[in-house]
Amino acid sequence: MDIFSSILFATIVAGTPLIIVALGQLIAEKSGVLNLGAEGMMAMGAIAGFAVTLHSGNAWLGVLAGMAAGAAMSLIFAVVVLTLMGNQVASGLALSILGVGLSAFIGKPYESDILPTVGALRIPLLADIPIIGAPLFNQQALVYFSWLLFGGIVWFLYRSRSGLILRAVGESPASAHSIGYQAIKIRYLATLFGGAMAGIGGAFLSVFYTPLWVEGMVSGRGWIAIALVVFATWRPFRVLVGAYLFGGVMVAQLFVQGSGLGINIPSQFLSALPYLATIIVLVIISRDQNTVRLNAPVSLGQPFRPEA
Amino acid sequence: MTSATDDELAFRLELEGITKIYPSVIANEDVSLKVREGEIHAVLGENGAGKSTLMKMIYGVAKPDAGQMKWQGEVVHVENPAHARSLGIGMVFQHFSLFETLNVVENVALALPGNPDLKELAEQITEVSNRYGLPVDPQRLVHALSVGERQRVEIIRCLLQNPKLLIMDEPTSVLTPQAVRKLFDTLRQLAAEGCSILYISHKLDEIQELCHVATVLRDGKVTGDCIPSQETPKSMASLMIGKELPVPEHNAPVELGEVRLQLNGLSKKSDDPFGSNLQDIELEVRSGEILGIAGVSGNGQQELLYALSGEKPVAEADAVVICGKPSGRDLPDRRRRNGMGFVPEERLGRGAVPRMSLTENALLTAHNAGMLKHGMIQFDKIAQFARKCIEAYNVKCGGEEHAANSLSGGNLQKFIMGREILLAPKLLVVAQPTWGVDVGAAAFIRQALIDLRNEGTAILVISEELEELFEISDRIAVIANGRLSPAKKLADTNIDEIGVWMSGMWEQPAPAEVQAHA
Repeated sequence: MDIFSSILFATIVAGTPLIIVALGQLIAEKSGVLNLGAEGMMAMGAIAGFAVTLHSGNAWLGVLAGMAAGAAMSLIFAVVVLTLMGNQVASGLALSILGVGLSAFIGKPYESDILPTVGALRIPLLADIPIIGAPLFNQQALVYFSWLLFGGIVWFLYRSRSGLILRAVGESPASAHSIGYQAIKIRYLATLFGGAMAGIGGAFLSVFYTPLWVEGMVSGRGWIAIALVVFATWRPFRVLVGAYLFGGVMVAQLFVQGSGLGINIPSQFLSALPYLATIIVLVIISRDQNTVRLNAPVSLGQPFRPEA
Repeated sequence: MTSATDDELAFRLELEGITKIYPSVIANEDVSLKVREGEIHAVLGENGAGKSTLMKMIYGVAKPDAGQMKWQGEVVHVENPAHARSLGIGMVFQHFSLFETLNVVENVALALPGNPDLKELAEQITEVSNRYGLPVDPQRLVHALSVGERQRVEIIRCLLQNPKLLIMDEPTSVLTPQAVRKLFDTLRQLAAEGCSILYISHKLDEIQELCHVATVLRDGKVTGDCIPSQETPKSMASLMIGKELPVPEHNAPVELGEVRLQLNGLSKKSDDPFGSNLQDIELEVRSGEILGIAGVSGNGQQELLYALSGEKPVAEADAVVICGKPSGRDLPDRRRRNGMGFVPEERLGRGAVPRMSLTENALLTAHNAGMLKHGMIQFDKIAQFARKCIEAYNVKCGGEEHAANSLSGGNLQKFIMGREILLAPKLLVVAQPTWGVDVGAAAFIRQALIDLRNEGTAILVISEELEELFEISDRIAVIANGRLSPAKKLADTNIDEIGVWMSGMWEQPAPAEVQAHA
């Protein structure tokens, strides 16, 4: 592959976990639940995925395990904030701390292990297109999954009745309740979906991206995913763009760090660059108050208790 | 009730001994009520009398603690709103249950069972809206609709389910007089087709005009049934509040003094993307007069109030002149020092800090009136001030040390009004002086405003209640789409004309020919 193709390839790979996690959070937030625990859920997904893959030898069982771990974490969160009416912000922060800490504890024995690299899934014909063929269509299966997820979520939110109900609950759970929808149940499902996606995103990191377990390997991607959703003004396409932008800058700065290029920039600054660039760009494109008002779930973060 | 139809038509809904107890209050106690087919049945009562709670139980949003409900002769337990709708009960809420970021069709689709095709549904909406005279564009986003249009969407949403009973909770509080008349035509047409209507209101004249039968609630209990056409507003009021309705005395106009508030071409873009931009507003309020500003909510009232209070100052100092001083750029505190008092629409959060005591709340605006010494609060003085306010304005509360949010809305409003009035402002700006206040307290507050005007204060009242403005104002103007109409003397105008103006049409010469749009 030439240099452009390799950068495109690496960009897509780096953006993929963010897309999966952020789209999951997008669904949860569209129902009005703000789960700041993405970092913790990703960490648990990563260690669960890694351990199961190592013991079973099957990467797909690992992904399933990561998904289950993420969903289990979000279930704890959902019980606390939806049933016990806990504060969403505080509970989410606690979930992040719990997940990061617990995954480090569980992962201690696995620190020296390495998983075999999982081969790419080549899509015939498409992968033969010059320049873009290989980076786009000779990729990890989860990359294709992230695209399907994107398409599915766009269809779900804006074409399906269930998506309409989800948006309605996110705007006003009280109104949704008064016309007969079970707002709490819908919020549970959305939160669990968000957790499951965060788990898959975490497993992608430890099973495919860098097939090893290191404490703290999620390194803030959960937070970036949450920021992506907000700055993308809750619109799936902008999440996609933001995630690839992050991936692109990430790859570019690694390239600069690796090659030296004769530029003397502190490596810490370069490492911070993807986070900085993503947020700056998204802040600039999400300045329009009108689009924010039309797309933001009005009830985000607010507890809802139906009248008895 | 002995009309001839009694024996012919079956009861559609019967409530027997319904009781609902909330932790701190008995919302309904042993309430019984019967509604016949095709009957428009009023439920009359003051704020807090338990009307809304009762309706919520019929619609399945809340569950009764005791008593039973019969639907077409059979006992039912309404589990949830979906169940109620499947029985044929529809409800139009006082605070709308619409989703602002969705369009009309999507909003309607959410309330219908199954998975309706949105295109077909849009056609059905148009058909129903034509049949009942409820024009609305199915593709528009709800946030862009006027309040009247939103109500139409709610009604259409109910009608598409062919309801046998339609519950209307205070439907006219947000409508222009012309829109009220249209709504009544629609309701009469529905009743003639056999649909029963439960009509909740505290407006006596409307109930007299529209309803066949009325049940009166007070403090959660039924205090009587009557046939409104055979009663007088006075007799119904005494059933509703337990005593006669006080009417404020509007003394002859006092001599007008100096100009206390002047707006010179005030324009301001709204911060709220769904708000109205103020455009070139001119007005003048003199000492000794009350200027009323009418209008359907969301037409720029909020923006105007923020610009007047100084919470959102404007760029040109000359645009707002308070007691002769250009004040457009001043913040609220400076404007208060110049002699302005301000009572906002939201009592808790803007007019008072909910969890602070009445004494502390008094301090919030009275600190310029000698309550401080070397920057330290003089608590005895401020408590004295709060007590005076409580006494003079007949505020029912546990004492000046009680938190603001422990008071009922009406009593807190009286306290806030009292606080501002006792500071003897030269200019008082009041928003919705009696919003959500019961009839007795409302009359008291209106009288207090008139007394203050007689003492020479210039008063600007912004209200959505037309009757109120006609009761207390000397001159009246209308705000629509962020523009202000010229002010007219009360004697030179009438409710109909102001109603047409509320749709933004004050340039046209002949109001009779104009169809109100809202």
